[in-house]
Amino acid sequence: MRRRRRRPRLWRVAILVLAAIFFLGPLASAIRFSLEQSNGRDGLGNYTQLLHDAALSSSLATSLEIAALTTAIMLSLMLPTVVWVRLRLPRLALVVESISVLPIVIPPIVMAAGLATLQSHASAGLSDLVFSSPLTALTPVYVILAMPFAYRSLDVGVRAIDLRTLVDAARSLGAGWPTVLARVILPNVRTAVLTAASLTVALVLAEVVIAETLLYTTYPVSLVNAGQAQLGVAVALSVLSLAITWMLLLAISFIGNRGASRARIGRLL
Amino acid sequence: MGGVAVLERSLPGDPAARRRRGIPRGAWLGIAPFALYVLVFLGGPLYEVVYGAFTTTGGSLTWHNFSQTFSQPQYRSAFEQSLKISVVTSVLGGFFGVWLACAVVTAGPRSPLRRIVSSGAGVLAYFAGVPLAFAFIATLGRYGEATILLRHIGIDLNASGFDISSLTGVELAYTYFQVPLMVLLITPALEGLRPEWREAATGLGASTVGYIRHVAAPVLAPAILGGLLLLFGNAFAAYATSYALVGIYVNLVPGWIQQLISGNVLVDENGVGLALGVEMIVVIAVVMVAYALLQRRATRWLA
Amino acid sequence: MTAVAVHLDGLVRRFGDLTALDGLDLHVAPGEMVALLGPSGCGKTTALRLLAGFDYPDAGRVRVAGADITDLPASRRDMGMVFQAYSLFPNMDARTNVEFGLRMRKTPAAARRARAEEVLELVGLGAHAAHYPHQLSGGQQQRVALARALAIEPSVLLLDEPLSALDARVRAQLRGEIRRVQQRLGITTLFVTHDQAEALSIADRVGVMHEGKLEQLGTPEEVYERPATPFVAEFVGTMNRVSARLTGDGHLEVLGASLRASGPHAPHAAGELVDVLVRPEALEALADPHGNATIAERTFLGSFTRMRVKLDDGCELLVDAASRRGLPEPGVRVSVRATGEDALLAGDGAARTGS
Repeated sequence: MRRRRRRPRLWRVAILVLAAIFFLGPLASAIRFSLEQSNGRDGLGNYTQLLHDAALSSSLATSLEIAALTTAIMLSLMLPTVVWVRLRLPRLALVVESISVLPIVIPPIVMAAGLATLQSHASAGLSDLVFSSPLTALTPVYVILAMPFAYRSLDVGVRAIDLRTLVDAARSLGAGWPTVLARVILPNVRTAVLTAASLTVALVLAEVVIAETLLYTTYPVSLVNAGQAQLGVAVALSVLSLAITWMLLLAISFIGNRGASRARIGRLL
Repeated sequence: MGGVAVLERSLPGDPAARRRRGIPRGAWLGIAPFALYVLVFLGGPLYEVVYGAFTTTGGSLTWHNFSQTFSQPQYRSAFEQSLKISVVTSVLGGFFGVWLACAVVTAGPRSPLRRIVSSGAGVLAYFAGVPLAFAFIATLGRYGEATILLRHIGIDLNASGFDISSLTGVELAYTYFQVPLMVLLITPALEGLRPEWREAATGLGASTVGYIRHVAAPVLAPAILGGLLLLFGNAFAAYATSYALVGIYVNLVPGWIQQLISGNVLVDENGVGLALGVEMIVVIAVVMVAYALLQRRATRWLA
Repeated sequence: MTAVAVHLDGLVRRFGDLTALDGLDLHVAPGEMVALLGPSGCGKTTALRLLAGFDYPDAGRVRVAGADITDLPASRRDMGMVFQAYSLFPNMDARTNVEFGLRMRKTPAAARRARAEEVLELVGLGAHAAHYPHQLSGGQQQRVALARALAIEPSVLLLDEPLSALDARVRAQLRGEIRRVQQRLGITTLFVTHDQAEALSIADRVGVMHEGKLEQLGTPEEVYERPATPFVAEFVGTMNRVSARLTGDGHLEVLGASLRASGPHAPHAAGELVDVLVRPEALEALADPHGNATIAERTFLGSFTRMRVKLDDGCELLVDAASRRGLPEPGVRVSVRATGEDALLAGDGAARTGS
């Protein structure tokens, strides 16, 4: 007489089914909705609108520029810092990590409020220099917003490699610090860097509160505006951004599983 | 964005290198760029907020802004609403998130279901904001797919007063990302439950309910509580989703801040908006500290 | 309370393609401690879990005190189990942990507390009743686990490698205490381990398992000195493998001595070369300028000294001798002789060199 230990539990199935409906439902609806074009027939018209609509495409270009610059600044600021702390100041690791997490305590809207106040008090010169273009105005604060995620993913990646040994070996062979960073450390923390970069880009392309408060027309802002008159387009672009985010995360987790740094996405986000 | 959730991992206590001479001076230089950057670009706006909250336009110290936030009914109502939404969505998100995580964890570490839900949770927890709002409008808005479907079977959402562009809609939308966030947060704790505990309890005569009541729930309590705290902070600080769903005139604290800052309501009430901002910061800070303390207890038992 | 007998009859358990248990028959007498010994994967833990009720067999029955409990769930079997590690509930102190089983049986609080304290005293931890698991050392935690298992006065005590996660000194101390407690309570016990020194030192009988089968069940002396199969011989203690010639009358010629062939394998034709297994302490190496081997290495191990000798034909043997002065040094020529009466046929035919 054999007795199977576990019979399929009813509650598990019920929960999973409910979850599937609740979470996949809106996604499915959004996809369906986005395929209804304004001429009444179904098609990808809402998606291609991005290419035709000047406001949307130019705002996308702007956002992509900001994303690129933000990522560049973030990496050149955070990676050396993470490496330095691990190498020279391990006792301060906790302090530095706490500082990197500080931006979370400030809700984006409050940050926006502070910036808006700054903007209104700014002298003419500063105004021209910084606040005239979204690129210069938003990038610095986006780096701050990305900091908690970026620090955490870079830190995980750096901790996974034997930093001390690699650096000592490289230095003993005569490499200067820039070389060490670029040729020894960077290739070994590729996954972590990619993760940090992706999270930063995703953040920039989704950030609407600060941009809108400061009255810049970035991609997310124009998306919301599109929602007024062209709901189908707005929904289509939302679906698109979700699909891209998801593929990005999948790609990272696949690379991550093979690579040396096992930064688990779930724990980073 | 769900920025608040990044603290879900315990604050690291790195085994410090014992340096008999203390930290060499040159080492401080290495983090100078970082420290300076944070000081200027985080400290700057923060300073503006705090300064503006506590001063008049003339520059003298005042309580006026803060007293306004406490005395004016619209701000009190907004605070109530913000708190209500945060509590409701964190409790709902927490409750369903825990059960969903249980259902997934019991499937075993390598099962495909597990992988799908993990990566799905990772994405959905951060789906908050504009795309989520539009997905919900597409589902439950006036011309949403689900609205139409329900009308076919006789339920008229609009007639019964439901409006996706209302606070109820915002609550629903928030739950959408709160549940996956809780799944992400609580899964490591669930995995930390050792099978030996379950077997020992069973061997000693406990039923499943007995095991949950006497062992699993107490052990998980700090982690669950911590998760609820993070969810609360996450909802409280969120704004993008409600902005995209309802617009600037929403009865939540962030909504009012935006109105006041943009001079939409009254010119010169900037300071009140900043005071509201300071209050938001205080709330989140308290939540974060409580979370950090709870985390230490959680990891002690589950490590 | 009266001790009970445990009968495992024909237990079979398969996991997909893997057969963990292949028809296990084991009878444990009332009050007896049987150690199941074997390498990982041999099925010993599976057997224990079937007895505990955490798993159900594909075939065979489990009987305790005459009653067939094969289909009874674990929570209704009257057994106390001690796991390898980490089994104490972290949210309860030692006393509450120990009381747990009694609480599940709805014992009133005062009686629970009294019993818990009694049993904690028994394992020597009366002073630590209010400590939490994370405040206790590994050895202390295992004692609390033992107390918890015994608090409910189970009819059978099950121990799943309880000492494996502890360091050597604690291990030696604790295994003696487990035996002491077990004997004092007279409780029927099944003890699973991969450490043969443990099994030999505390059990009434040892069951050596290999690939889901019980290869030998006997007293520690029997298992050590008269191993029934080559696996048992090589797993328990150390064995030398040396080639010998059959002399047709049930004897073999090994290293100049004539020994009786033993073991389950049928003797082959006379004159044939086979491999036999001989214990290091059943050999001696005496200095002899005309001898057949030289000392390659000598290791002082306290009460005995182990010599690695190299025969002229290339074969290497381990020879143990009681430590004393005058044992041959490395490099000295010796003659190696077998001193015992039996030699176990290795049973896999072809003569091989090397130990």
